[in-house]
Amino acid sequence: MLVSMNLLFRLAVKNLIGAGLRTWLNVIVLSFSFLIIIWHKGLLDGWDRQAKNETIKWETGGGQYWHSSYDPYDPFSLTNAHAKIPSSLDSLVSAGNIAPILITQGTIYPRGRIQSILIKGINSDQKLLKIPSSLFTKVSEDIPAIIGRNTANDNGIKEGDLITLRWRDAHGTFDANNIKIIGIFNTDVPTVDMGQIWVPLDRLQKMMDMSGEATIIVSDKEQKDKILSGEWKFMNNEVLLKSITDLIKMKSVSGYVLYIILLSLAMLAIFDTQVLSIFRRQKEIGTYIALGMTRREVVSLFTIEGSLNSVLAGILAALYGIPMLALQASRGLSIPGGSKGFGLAVADKIYPVYSLGLVISTILLILLTTTLVSYMPSRRIARMKPTDALRGKIQ
Amino acid sequence: MENNTLISIEAIRKHFPTSGGSFTALNGIDLKIGKAEFTGVVGPSGSGKTTLLNIIGSLDSPSEGRAVVLGQSISDLNPKQAALLRRSKLGFIFQSYNLLPVYTVFENVEFPLLLLKFDDSQRRKMVMDSLEWLGLTDKVKSKPAQLSGGECQRVAIARAMVKKPEIVLADEPTANLDAANSHNILKAMVQLNNEFGTTFIFATHDDKVIGYLRRKISLVDGKVTTDEIRNN
Repeated sequence: MLVSMNLLFRLAVKNLIGAGLRTWLNVIVLSFSFLIIIWHKGLLDGWDRQAKNETIKWETGGGQYWHSSYDPYDPFSLTNAHAKIPSSLDSLVSAGNIAPILITQGTIYPRGRIQSILIKGINSDQKLLKIPSSLFTKVSEDIPAIIGRNTANDNGIKEGDLITLRWRDAHGTFDANNIKIIGIFNTDVPTVDMGQIWVPLDRLQKMMDMSGEATIIVSDKEQKDKILSGEWKFMNNEVLLKSITDLIKMKSVSGYVLYIILLSLAMLAIFDTQVLSIFRRQKEIGTYIALGMTRREVVSLFTIEGSLNSVLAGILAALYGIPMLALQASRGLSIPGGSKGFGLAVADKIYPVYSLGLVISTILLILLTTTLVSYMPSRRIARMKPTDALRGKIQ
Repeated sequence: MENNTLISIEAIRKHFPTSGGSFTALNGIDLKIGKAEFTGVVGPSGSGKTTLLNIIGSLDSPSEGRAVVLGQSISDLNPKQAALLRRSKLGFIFQSYNLLPVYTVFENVEFPLLLLKFDDSQRRKMVMDSLEWLGLTDKVKSKPAQLSGGECQRVAIARAMVKKPEIVLADEPTANLDAANSHNILKAMVQLNNEFGTTFIFATHDDKVIGYLRRKISLVDGKVTTDEIRNN
């Protein structure tokens, strides 16, 4: 005999539309919240995806084998972090499916300044990473080297420049020679660019007197199980991309502050409207009760009315938001050049990604919050005396 | 009379707390009201008319005594049972009409039938019958704000009557109406009473209403002073 939710829903829609401007003000504010939360989360998800994809393509491949002494955060570990590349990998290396990299410290002297640098040796015929190592095939008397655009810009280096490079070989002996910059590459991954010089692997092995040795071995996904040696430990992409994951998480947390502020504004408006509604519509509440609605049904009606704000806001947000978000997803958001120095892969443009999960979770979050905020003041109805409500006597 | 009794009130008292103690609105009322009566509870402001109507309408309960309406003791009903009694058996007409402002005339009258889960076609027929009875068929799509006071009160009567309740409780139904409208509405109610056998109970101090009553119960300071049957 009790009233169905369907009827309460229909009545709530009618009441809500009937409330006119008050409803639309709430709905507009709430639709902004919808849109900004989805946009911001989409931007972070897009950045996360792009940063990881680019880092995989330029640096980590399908995972890396690290020499057991290698610690990327301790440059002194490089002295001992090298070993022979397992001979079982020879065919994969020559096929370009495995990319051994030898890493050592060095110093360059561009334009008379001294600059510490990491020297990385990579095979010219590797196909695994996007490092343009094929440029090493250019004939050069000097040591051929390629560097990233940011390193070039920071040090005023141009293609064709000859720069003095100093390093210590495996025996601790200092040596120096000129390197010729044969290519400057553009990358969105600063960890293959900032403070690094790439040279042919065989030249670096010779310079270091570390024939056939490497510090890390980048593997594609298919080959990763073929490298079996106690000296090498496998680091999967979950570990290698952790810094990106952590940074995106940190950005997400700061995003939550924004969401909370936006949602609080919208919820405050809805809460106020509900309180005002219940005060102003006492007679109506009394009438509902006199006509035979239970108090619980009236509470439900008002709660549904309040939470329907979020449904209307979702519809409104979809109307003006979908074209806006779709446009940005296709054109991307330009990122200022200065952000390249953040140490994290940032492309010139970030393309937001709006997943179904993101949209659904945002809708649920707003719907639940709105329902809760609508329910709290509506509970007062249950405590109202219908006779007082009918006379509008409740203060 | 006993077999026809719809409302039985025995020694009810109603006290309201006040800042200085309590105010007694009803002070030992005994009444029986039968089927198809056209009864008015008459008295000055503060005499307890509305309180009595609220108790009969299960919107309030007595502090002492027993009020039995349609076989159900008001004091023993929980809020849900009281709501279901009002929903199915009682109709209310208020002084200030209490129409739902965002609904049209049709929707206002339809509302009690929605609660009773009548299907679409039944609802439509019952609403239109009711509106036809009260001469409101041209106002079906109007909202309360677009109606005159008399029209609003006729909509309120249509809403009270549409489900064919056993009892209609009308609290000062003509207080906001001019003489002509008051008479029109009262005539409509008399007609409904005659046609459907619905029991009407008024709370009023309006002479125009009193002129139509077939039973007049006078209340002063919460006590029945006279209870007279009239030949109307």
